[in-house]
Amino acid sequence: MSNVTDILRIDGLKTRFFTDNGQVNAVEDLDVRIEDGEVFGIVGESGSGKSVMALSIIDLIERPGRITDGEIWFRAPDIADELVETDAVDGDYVDLRAMSPEQRGLLRGSRFSMIFQDPMSSFNPSITVGEQIAEAVEAQRRARSNPRSLDAKSQHYGLTDYLLGGVLSSKRYVSEPSLDRAIELLELVGIPDPAERAEEYPHEYSGGMLQRAMIAQALAGEPDVLIADEPTTALDVTIQAQVLDLLAELQTETGMTILLITHNLGVVARMCDRVGVMYAGEIVERGTLGDVFDNPVHPYTQGLLGSIPDLQGVAERLQPIEGNVPSLLDHEMPDRCYFADRCPKAMEECLEHPPELAVNDRGQHATRCYLAETEYTAAKALPTDYFGATEAPAEADTAPEEPTATDGGDHQ
Amino acid sequence: MSDVHQPLVKVDGLEKYFWENDSLLDRLLGEDPIAVRAVDGVSFDIREGETLGLVGESGCGKSTTGETLLRLQEPTGGAVEFEGNNVYDLEGKDLTAFRREAQVVFQDPFSSLDPRMTIGRIVQQPLDVHEVGSKAERRERVRDLLERVGLAAEHADRYPHEFSGGQRQRIGIARALALEPEFIVLDEPTSALDVSVQAQVLNLLDDLQADFGLTYLLISHDLSVIRHVCDRVAVMYLGEIVEIGPSEEIFGEPKHPYTKALLESVPRASTDERDRERETISGDVPSPRDPPSGCRFRTRCPEVIPPDDLEIDQSEYRAIMTLRQRVEQRAISLETVGDEDRRVDDDGEFVVENVDAFVADVKAQILETTLPPREDEAVTEALAPLAEENWDTAAERLEERYGSVCERANPDLGGGTHPAACHLVSAPGDSRSDG
Repeated sequence: MSNVTDILRIDGLKTRFFTDNGQVNAVEDLDVRIEDGEVFGIVGESGSGKSVMALSIIDLIERPGRITDGEIWFRAPDIADELVETDAVDGDYVDLRAMSPEQRGLLRGSRFSMIFQDPMSSFNPSITVGEQIAEAVEAQRRARSNPRSLDAKSQHYGLTDYLLGGVLSSKRYVSEPSLDRAIELLELVGIPDPAERAEEYPHEYSGGMLQRAMIAQALAGEPDVLIADEPTTALDVTIQAQVLDLLAELQTETGMTILLITHNLGVVARMCDRVGVMYAGEIVERGTLGDVFDNPVHPYTQGLLGSIPDLQGVAERLQPIEGNVPSLLDHEMPDRCYFADRCPKAMEECLEHPPELAVNDRGQHATRCYLAETEYTAAKALPTDYFGATEAPAEADTAPEEPTATDGGDHQ
Repeated sequence: MSDVHQPLVKVDGLEKYFWENDSLLDRLLGEDPIAVRAVDGVSFDIREGETLGLVGESGCGKSTTGETLLRLQEPTGGAVEFEGNNVYDLEGKDLTAFRREAQVVFQDPFSSLDPRMTIGRIVQQPLDVHEVGSKAERRERVRDLLERVGLAAEHADRYPHEFSGGQRQRIGIARALALEPEFIVLDEPTSALDVSVQAQVLNLLDDLQADFGLTYLLISHDLSVIRHVCDRVAVMYLGEIVEIGPSEEIFGEPKHPYTKALLESVPRASTDERDRERETISGDVPSPRDPPSGCRFRTRCPEVIPPDDLEIDQSEYRAIMTLRQRVEQRAISLETVGDEDRRVDDDGEFVVENVDAFVADVKAQILETTLPPREDEAVTEALAPLAEENWDTAAERLEERYGSVCERANPDLGGGTHPAACHLVSAPGDSRSDG
């Protein structure tokens, strides 16, 4: 794997939300490397910070949230050439956080794009699907010819424009060539009769079709990295299979890198080359699919795999993880392993926050758990009631969701 | 397990339609109401002490079935017998008694608990309504219930928003248990929860069933949950039950092509998942406003049955059937098929100059496979009327040659312990039954 280049390197990323209840550490000191052309999976429960991490990369964190620290290095030799002599460049890589907002905005769509969980609420219900995709095409076109004008046409698009659009072709919402390209994109993602469907509104689409349309929109700028945040969570299982097949196909054809965020371990197993397991804002275990699924080291990963009912196996009792996901509020996050209070193998070491430790010397498999280096012995175990009664419900004042939860918790 | 128990609940031909265009204005305008057939004649038994799973995709009518059989909705037709009495004939005291015996746990633990009531009052409310015991006894019972579902009795004075999703679902379960019911409908009880919490709730439900001898109807779209929990499983598609049988058989030897497709589609959480060959089905679930004739799954079925006298590969036949649906629904943009702008004259009218080229373009766009010469010729001939926008003739020609038994007759579910509503199953001598 030595000749593989990273397309994205995230170092020490911290994203925080400053809410009335206190500071929420949604993403905490996150390091990750994503290789060019791979499918990297981020898996975790709701509130683990996986969506916030994705939004941080694409710079869509909104108030009261803010990225407070860290570097996001993205491989883009052409941009690096232009920006040379600034702090934002390191060889072929540019630091997204050190760039100006305008420069960063240019990357959105053309280098990164994102598809969201709920296609029904991600489209504008009053504009046809074809026009919305064409808008993305046009925004990319204009960005390429004139990097200064970044406005999407939907901004400031009012009744006057609509009425004038009927008379003057220059005032139309989108141009003919963009619409044609939109129809091509719809065909690419497997929408039957794309010319006709392009003129329909989002409510006339089924969930699966609309998710395909969103993928088409994301592909408008031919991105290098596609971030897919729970792309199939809102879909039925037969439709999920279709959409996953489509994503895999597009990935093979275009060679783009996919960052797939999901709570569904089956989806990860189907799609991903490498996986990172997130818990309480950190990646607690990472490695190839085989490392993480077949030789999990972190008790959280083991617990996660143990708590899914098996489709083939005989019904045995499930092994749930006791307790609940921590609140992520800064004043409630003690300086210890965040999982220790739910961990069946909590030891004295765990009272100190573990660094990322390599599991073997092949360098891929790493975990934030002392078990990577030490054996668990009952002698060092913390008493079961060390953190208070873990069986009892969480503290009453913990808010169960984080403020921007686009979490994977709710299906349908 | 699947011993020979008396059925506790007997559902017979249950129907629930919802009506669209049924307002006064629509009637004044003379528009006919449209029936949305959410549940269209389902029959099944639930035996005492068992867990019956009801599985299907969204919109297949599984939740409506659960609500209607509890008489939370009035049915359009059919009957439900609970302990031998028709639920829809019950009145007065008998109905109240039924309400005590049959309870429900809803999907969304956030909207199914009143945010202005403490959880103690929420759990106590059924006891108040049915006037069970004295005030002190009720309060004591609430404390017991909360502890039984894994919450602390001291939490009775707190409000729902103070609890996480999994805990709220436990509150919902405590409320359902308050009146010591015999039968509980669990409507997607864990689908709003994370996997680790889901496992906790599933284990709790398992324990409660063993302790109180409960009978469950578990409604879920998650096949692995169904597999884990249920003794028997019913698979629903578009308002009908397509297959029902013991859990091991449904998952081990599924008979109906839809059940097979569902099982194939679930991604497994194991490292060999990537190399697993699977056959997914294309297309979307049709609208329950206008369900397909005959077998409702035929529009997506990979095993749709060709006419006896037709010699054709299954995949080619499937491709032709998909083409037929597109023609019947007029869902082909004739103007833009193939090379654009060629088929519109100066007045913007649709005109075809070269019929052969036009038909070739239609075939190229819609058909997913190349057909053998004989069928190709037949399809080409049948599509020619499209050049004059004559959809009906094209559809008729295609139907004449390719009409399937699946579109003419809706297969019966049949009897036995593991029936499936499919023509391939009801004709066991048929050579295609394993195709």
